[in-house]
Amino acid sequence: MSVWQSLIGDTQELSESVEPLSEERKTPGVRIEVQRLNKFFGSHHVLRDLELHVEPGETFVIFGPSGCGKSVLLKHITGLLTPDSGCILVDGDDLHAEGRRRFRMAMVFQSSALFNSLSVGENVGLWLKEHRICGPTEIAGIVAEKLALVGLAGQEHAMPSELSGGMKKRVSIARALAVNPHLILYDEPTAGLDPVLTEQIGHVIVDLKQLKITSLVVTHDLNLGFAVADRLGMIHEGRLIEVGTPASIRATTNPVVQAFISTQMKVLAR
Amino acid sequence: MNALLARVERFLAGIGEGTGLFLQSLYWCKAAPRNVDKILAHLLEFGNATLPIASLMAIFIGGVLALQTGSRLAQFGLEGNIGGIVGLSMVKELGPVMTALLVAGRVGSAIAAEVGAMNVYEEIDALKTLDINPVRYLVMPRLLASMVAVPALCMYVNVVGLLGGALVSSVNPKIGVSMRLFRMNFQEVVKFGDVMDSIIKSVVFGMVIAVTCCYVGLKTTGGPEEIGRAVTRSVVLSFMFIFVLNYLITRSLM
Repeated sequence: MSVWQSLIGDTQELSESVEPLSEERKTPGVRIEVQRLNKFFGSHHVLRDLELHVEPGETFVIFGPSGCGKSVLLKHITGLLTPDSGCILVDGDDLHAEGRRRFRMAMVFQSSALFNSLSVGENVGLWLKEHRICGPTEIAGIVAEKLALVGLAGQEHAMPSELSGGMKKRVSIARALAVNPHLILYDEPTAGLDPVLTEQIGHVIVDLKQLKITSLVVTHDLNLGFAVADRLGMIHEGRLIEVGTPASIRATTNPVVQAFISTQMKVLAR
Repeated sequence: MNALLARVERFLAGIGEGTGLFLQSLYWCKAAPRNVDKILAHLLEFGNATLPIASLMAIFIGGVLALQTGSRLAQFGLEGNIGGIVGLSMVKELGPVMTALLVAGRVGSAIAAEVGAMNVYEEIDALKTLDINPVRYLVMPRLLASMVAVPALCMYVNVVGLLGGALVSSVNPKIGVSMRLFRMNFQEVVKFGDVMDSIIKSVVFGMVIAVTCCYVGLKTTGGPEEIGRAVTRSVVLSFMFIFVLNYLITRSLM
């Protein structure tokens, strides 16, 4: 990949409107299908024939130990990384194909990735402003609405450096919501947060489920996973080894999943 | 030997990628009218960061140039030519080169640090996921601001440098050339074409500084240590390109 492709990624200017993806369903979310996805970093085979299906409007949690390829999978779905083989289908269209239907996607980064030179309000309204979706007054209204959704009403003028870790994560979620996304991706949304803030973020994600946006949450925090998921899947050594509802994952007989769950519970019990 | 070859290969690949980034930035200049606020903000940043130090640098460079050459010229009774000599030196060489070096050190390093930190802390990835082109959003406004700011600062440095030279020439008893005589000789020797050369050089240096520092920032990965290294690398590379291009432009304008 040339440098400017890598710099620009898959981005294009959105002068045209995004095509509606709606089939006859009651969700703005999209269907995600990952087929035989492989990724190498040098000789390290990170993703191995990974298969994943996420239904429209579903909240799917991917968990697994650190370094198993969770974030790499997420970066493939955002288009920040390209697969060595395999493909990702969004509502049946290959994510990397020319002329595919466009869809709106937003990501909540592990580090929050707020723009430090912009205020909270400017961060949340950046997509609207840069794509000239609406005027400044409407943007201010949308920003206020999204900040209220994550419990940060009235924080428009604060700078990211003045916020706590949990507040930054919530601003990042508000920024994602301002895109009015068909798909929202959370990369370790509670990493580095204390239990109180973790619970707050968990509540925000649960509250947002009513919007019926397809959500993909990557975490190694199983408590959060069980709290927010419609279904969960565990990645181990680059493969999705178990998929199921929270109840079925808890009751699994797969020894690797059992070992991961019991280790997490022991850590929490200490 | 292999390590040296690998290094050369990396450098040449970097030149190619940097050129690609420059072309991409030029392409995105079509979006300049709706990014005027960002371009103006960067212009102000250039001015704020460099104007005081540029004034100090220019007045003393002009002064020392007059002091060094004026006293020697006076030994041969040629002190009347001081205005032209200081003027040509400032306008054709010292003004554009010193301004570019100053901007690279003062603003270019800040650009590399800012863009590098944005890359390290996933802000560039966030831009991409928001479907905002990083070249349009980050590089193009800095490139245009630099292409305007460096020539403007260069003209300012030329004027202040000449004032410094004229001042020293008039007050130093070994030289003893009045400011009026200095100005007359300057007007006689320095032509409009020389000023244009100065502007051409400054525009090219401005482009090189912005693209080099943005490129280094965009290629920064790792952590805070890497950001520090990126700053150093951006300044060293900018200096190197300025010196090489200065020769090539001078040669082609002769």
